[in-house]
Amino acid sequence: MAPQSRPSARFRPSDVVDFVIVGSGAAGGIIAKELSTAGHTVVVLEQGPRLSERQFDHDEFGTFMRGHNINDPATQPHTFRPTPQETAQRRQVLVYGRLVGGSNAHFTGNFWRMRPSDFNEASRLGGVPGTGLVDWPLTYEELEPYYTKAEWELGVSGEPGPFDPPRSRPYPMPPLPVKSSGVLLERGARALGLHPQPSQMAINSRTYNGRPACQHCGFCLIFMCEFRAKSTSMAVMLPIAEATGRCEIRSDSYVAQVEVGRDGRATGVTYFDAQKRMQRQRAKAVVLCANGSETPRLLLNSASGRFPQGLANSSGVVGKYLMFNTYFEVSAQFEQPLNEYKSIQNTRMVLDFYETDPKRGFYGGGGIDARFGKYPITFALEGLPRNAPTWGEGFARELSRQFPRTMAFGCHGTSLPLETNSITLDPTLKDAWGLSCMRTTYTDHPDDLKNAAFLGGHATDMAHAAGALAVWAAPVVAQTLAVHLLGTCRMGNNPRTSVVDRYHRTHDVRNLFICDGSSMVTSSRGQPTETISALAFRAGEHIADFAKRGQI
Amino acid sequence: MAAGAVWAAADLFEIEEALAFASQQTSANLTAQTRALTPAQADVVSALTSRILPAVDGRPGAREAGALAFIDRALATFNAAQRPLYTEGIADLNRRAQAKVTGAAGFAALASGQQDEVIREIEATPFFQAVRLDTIVGTFALPSWGGNRDYMGWHLLGLEHQMTFQAPFGYYDADANRRN
Repeated sequence: MAPQSRPSARFRPSDVVDFVIVGSGAAGGIIAKELSTAGHTVVVLEQGPRLSERQFDHDEFGTFMRGHNINDPATQPHTFRPTPQETAQRRQVLVYGRLVGGSNAHFTGNFWRMRPSDFNEASRLGGVPGTGLVDWPLTYEELEPYYTKAEWELGVSGEPGPFDPPRSRPYPMPPLPVKSSGVLLERGARALGLHPQPSQMAINSRTYNGRPACQHCGFCLIFMCEFRAKSTSMAVMLPIAEATGRCEIRSDSYVAQVEVGRDGRATGVTYFDAQKRMQRQRAKAVVLCANGSETPRLLLNSASGRFPQGLANSSGVVGKYLMFNTYFEVSAQFEQPLNEYKSIQNTRMVLDFYETDPKRGFYGGGGIDARFGKYPITFALEGLPRNAPTWGEGFARELSRQFPRTMAFGCHGTSLPLETNSITLDPTLKDAWGLSCMRTTYTDHPDDLKNAAFLGGHATDMAHAAGALAVWAAPVVAQTLAVHLLGTCRMGNNPRTSVVDRYHRTHDVRNLFICDGSSMVTSSRGQPTETISALAFRAGEHIADFAKRGQI
Repeated sequence: MAAGAVWAAADLFEIEEALAFASQQTSANLTAQTRALTPAQADVVSALTSRILPAVDGRPGAREAGALAFIDRALATFNAAQRPLYTEGIADLNRRAQAKVTGAAGFAALASGQQDEVIREIEATPFFQAVRLDTIVGTFALPSWGGNRDYMGWHLLGLEHQMTFQAPFGYYDADANRRN
């Protein structure tokens, strides 16, 4: 049941709490809940504001074009360059949620497990030359109980598919009602001998633990759920953490540095409060869950005489092996209205192309789902085929006719980990707080783009087989916009080649832990949130255990 | 908990209503008096919006949805940097209109077919691209931004703005959802 509301704990920055957690998203919320329910005092620092359901809106312009609730390019600019040989230019490439709840608060709800094969792909395939593809220090079997825990504690709707990895419990909720796009994907997939299945979504299909079922308003993608039907850290984990009376969620707190004492142990963090005053939160241990871009930036900004390359960076791999996942979309128009603007983004998907198949001649795999991915403005700007009118009576007629009749086949694919794809500090640019901004260097590996085109080809075939009247896609090009920020503090057993160990403890600083998208060793097949959530449940349990045994 | 959801929804509708009301007030004022554009400039922009996204087949277009109110408010505030682009683009349109029809008062005074001919001459310019983008945003952004009066823009897309829907959602899922 929903936790009883109790006054949340309040700590002074000078109090030495057991844990300070930086970030309140998918990982931060779960770890806050795990540590506080295990009896520890916790302060969660979140750079964004705290919003209630009453403050959420369906403001496409504000969100997509004015930076509402996301990292703000005006105050937190960052720079981008495709390769290390180039000078980075100021450009908004990375997008993440900037509010209590993090990116997880506005995510679409896709909740995929990885498969056993994801964890040891490098050794099975014999590696991919010129890349940093390595095995995870974990197996699927070790993570499985935490996938299950994530599904049951958060609340996931779905049903088993033909390629699912082994699971110890069924889904807690049945799938959400199929949409027209899902029916059409099924039709196309079956005609081609593929195996469509219901999409697994962290969205309630019925009342679950006191939260209501989805009301099908249609604003999941990059919007927060007014009904708390989306199973997020914000809706589920943070309330439990606060109800312990041992956890304070401190919003508008922008962390500048992790502080380290003379003994090489973390002593807490410094942060700017809402009035831009520097504060120092002391803690016995620090957990970074700030996402795959902010976590490495924070470590690099925490360089000191003792840690000249940045904190926890004796390996030199902090910030490296950044992975975005590829996303490629094939659009299709049908004769009758689908009304894709209603309900959740996607209800059916195909995972037949999940595994890497050496016969294809490139590394990678992924999934294809049925979705809309557009709101009114984005539809008017880019929802019609390229040969459609762009103004005039024809434009008006086509918008009216096609808005209800259009869907997309979304192709979610792998990204290879490359040492040159990275988050570093920009040498000159500072943010509004005077901190060094992040600089992103990124070029998709050629295999990533081949895989995107390969998935796109199958999506095109499915659209035709489903009876689409028109099918089109933009060319596959290198990605310059990312919402999945993965791999930049990779997990591993070897302190020379990884940042955290298999329990998310940094190799270099005994009481500094990292768990978020940065921990991921490989990119998943384009839907990393359930893996980040499972890692967080596992990390939270182990960190609490270490604390109990005096091993921090 | 269902009651909680209903409460949340009721509350949202109140917020939406308040926003819509505020926007109507603003729109009404803006039609009478623009802040960034002169009345003559506003006539040109209004005519442009109605050619970019005209009212067709009995549905409202950008002019009816009040895209002009959004554009003017944006130029007066967060989009002020584009005022010179608008000023010069509007003057250019008027010159072209006068070159096309001797004695014409300006672009706004042309017949719609003549307006389209002039637009075809400037389709590729940054000015036209800016007005096109702003017309789309002014038609489809939430009414609280100044346009999309009474959600007219969403109506023209066939989008009903409701917080709650029930399956079936469209034509192709009707059978599947009836079976369940």
